[in-house]
Amino acid sequence: MQPAPPILEVRDLCVEYATAGRPVGAVDHVSLDLGAGEFLAIVGESGCGKSTLLFAIARLLSPPARVVAGAVRFKGRDMLGMSERDLREVRWREFSVVMQSAMNALNPVMTIGAQLGDAMTAHARLSARAVQDRSREVLRLIGIDPIHLRAYPHQLSGGMRQRAMIAMALLFTPDLVIMDEPTSAVDVVAQRSLMVQIKELQQQLGFAVLFVTHDMSLVSHFSDRLAVMYAGQVVEVGATRTLFAAPQHPYTRGLMAAFPSIRGARQSLRGIPGTPPDLGDAPPGCRFHPRCPSMMDRCRSDPPVLAPVSQALVRCHLYDDDVPPQH
Amino acid sequence: MMMSPLSTRPPSEDGPRAPTEPLLQTVGLTKHFPIGGLLSHHQLHAADGVDLVIRGREIVALVGESGSGKSTLARLLAMIYRPTRGEIRFRGRSLATLRSRRDVLEYRGRVPMVFQDPYSSLNPVFRVSHGIMRAIKLHRPDLSGGGRRAEAERVLRLVGLAPPADFLDKFPHELSGGQRQRIGFAQALASRPLLILADEPVSMLDVSIRIGLLNLMAELREREQLSLLYITHDIASARYVADRLLVMYAGHIVEQGGTEEVLQQPRHPYTQLLLAAAPDPMAEIGVSSWAELGEPPRVVDPGPGCRFRWRCPRAEAVCSSIDPELRSVDGGAGIHLAACHVAARQPPASPLPDARTAGQAPPTAGAAGRG
Ligand SMILES: Nc1ncnc2c1ncn2[C@@H]1O[C@H](COP(=O)(O)OP(=O)(O)O)[C@@H](O)[C@H]1O
Ligand SMILES: Nc1ncnc2c1ncn2[C@@H]1O[C@H](COP(=O)(O)OP(=O)(O)O)[C@@H](O)[C@H]1O
Ligand code: SF4
Ligand code: SF4
Ligand SMILES: [Mg+2]
Ligand SMILES: [Mg+2]
Repeated sequence: MQPAPPILEVRDLCVEYATAGRPVGAVDHVSLDLGAGEFLAIVGESGCGKSTLLFAIARLLSPPARVVAGAVRFKGRDMLGMSERDLREVRWREFSVVMQSAMNALNPVMTIGAQLGDAMTAHARLSARAVQDRSREVLRLIGIDPIHLRAYPHQLSGGMRQRAMIAMALLFTPDLVIMDEPTSAVDVVAQRSLMVQIKELQQQLGFAVLFVTHDMSLVSHFSDRLAVMYAGQVVEVGATRTLFAAPQHPYTRGLMAAFPSIRGARQSLRGIPGTPPDLGDAPPGCRFHPRCPSMMDRCRSDPPVLAPVSQALVRCHLYDDDVPPQH
Repeated sequence: MMMSPLSTRPPSEDGPRAPTEPLLQTVGLTKHFPIGGLLSHHQLHAADGVDLVIRGREIVALVGESGSGKSTLARLLAMIYRPTRGEIRFRGRSLATLRSRRDVLEYRGRVPMVFQDPYSSLNPVFRVSHGIMRAIKLHRPDLSGGGRRAEAERVLRLVGLAPPADFLDKFPHELSGGQRQRIGFAQALASRPLLILADEPVSMLDVSIRIGLLNLMAELREREQLSLLYITHDIASARYVADRLLVMYAGHIVEQGGTEEVLQQPRHPYTQLLLAAAPDPMAEIGVSSWAELGEPPRVVDPGPGCRFRWRCPRAEAVCSSIDPELRSVDGGAGIHLAACHVAARQPPASPLPDARTAGQAPPTAGAAGRG
């Protein structure tokens, strides 16, 4: 049987920021597929292009950012060439976006109920009754007592505000929810309960999730697949559990050694020495080479390509000699 | 394998250090905020009856969810807030006896604070040198102009920003989040502190940058012989720097003890919740799927009884009538303490049941919600 076609296909996407000097290549030839109902996480340090990638996919980029090459297909439709009118039809109803900070995304002087209502009436003709019913329904779904429809954002805890944002994204039961670090502003307990709830809703309602985070440990039990980004490029992608069990790219290994664990013996933590490059002036060869503990001569000049290594795709010269599996 | 310069230095292996004279001590420290307008008599109990001790050269972690009262406690210790009740003693002397501005200034220099948000804690219109030089002028009147400059360079080097001359002339927007937090520590060091109150200094930074700052705190303790109160909601990060842990919930210290002891044998159900919530890729899927939806409690006019009982999977009848007190749970040694009726009489905990099936939600008073 043929596998179902992916609902989201990203092909060789390149995004640049125009600057006074050289353009900044924040997303460089990124290709990703997302299946219906799948949970794909994108991880990497701040500044590696995660938000730019999400914004490009959701058609939310504004100058000086510009898609310079590549394609994005959502449910078979060309997203990049779509008219603003068609886009309005698709956005919210078929895909929605949850931003990093609810504090910035929510209007501080409107009640949660009024904001849910606005979002709904902007995209559909609905009776006041229907708006009211649906608002209560999505709040309950995400674990907020509908009594909070009358609350203003500042009256809610950080965790509840983030949930209200997710409720808003689910108003029209979209097929894809794009989330940009939705838990980074809340504490570890609220973060955990949000993750569990996103996962439960995803399984219950069947939407696909594209989830961005700088904290790889956060998604370890929630995403189906994981894409690691470094300096605008995907450097490793594979099934989440496989990737945690056997990370192959030196950068992925570095990220794995960066978060503290409470289980097992206390090990000293290692970070990744150095800082990510300025994307207006990325290093030649492998972009990670100035920080890589396994750097070889050719890494300084030859850019590695994303290639199959056992079950994953890895962008690293360490695996140049691996013979691709025969079919 | 070679130790990278970024490797963390684990806290002393033999657990908490031998008791020495407290550097700072609080007795019954309490802060209530009146809320709900002039005619209302409601009180928000942000910190209630906190007894804590911080010794010389000790790193103590204060851990708890948002809203548990950590920042309030830090602000009381920094003399930003005035206590509703209770006392703070620094090197044996009650802060209530500091009357002159000079005494207060002197204390603030000895016990400075580093804040959570590196993006708003530095004034964007001033160069890095401004805040550091100001702290030096204020707290080190003995230094000449040249001495001040040398001191500014010394503190920048201490926080790992070298060459210091390059950083002094930078504006905050030219620095990364991690570098800004280092500037925050440099400003604190400029007043020759004995205790730095670090309120969530790494919470807003990338995971990969946090380690460097945790290391920095451990280094400062060694090099400058100072103590640190490390405030965090992430109990896992405390493991890598702290000698002792204080766990705070709803204004109370609910558990305390040596870091490894508390992490390996958490006795209070709330500490167990914090541990279960910490993301851990190495955990079994089943272990890690434990989560609960409870929001931090309302601490407005709390009555008697354990404040965690609404969320607690072990709650019993006694929990809703009598406040549990901090009691020794290490056979009387008095280092590991927990404030829980059940923990007080039970051996170390078995794995937690699913909290969602236990406990009941507290009555919600209005649309404002809890937390
Ligand atoms: N307005 C802008 N002008 C120029 N460059 C920008 C702008 N915004 C972002 N960038 C560049 O794009 C890169 C990626 O940014 P971003 O997508 O926000 O990364 P992430 O979400 O991973 O932190 C940054 O390193 C920065 O160099
Ligand atoms: N200045 C204030 N006025 C009124 N309430 C406050 C004030 N500061 C803190 N609170 C309340 O005190 C409780 C504890 O807050 P805080 O000390 O900031 O906790 P944490 O730092 O652990 O998140 C919260 O309920 C908070 O809303
Ligand atoms: S290509 Fe070379 S420098 Fe790049 S990650 Fe692999 S070994 Fe390191
Ligand atoms: S005192 Fe009771 S409610 Fe409180 S933590 Fe212990 S068992 Fe739970
Ligand atoms: Mg981002
Ligand atoms: Mg705080």
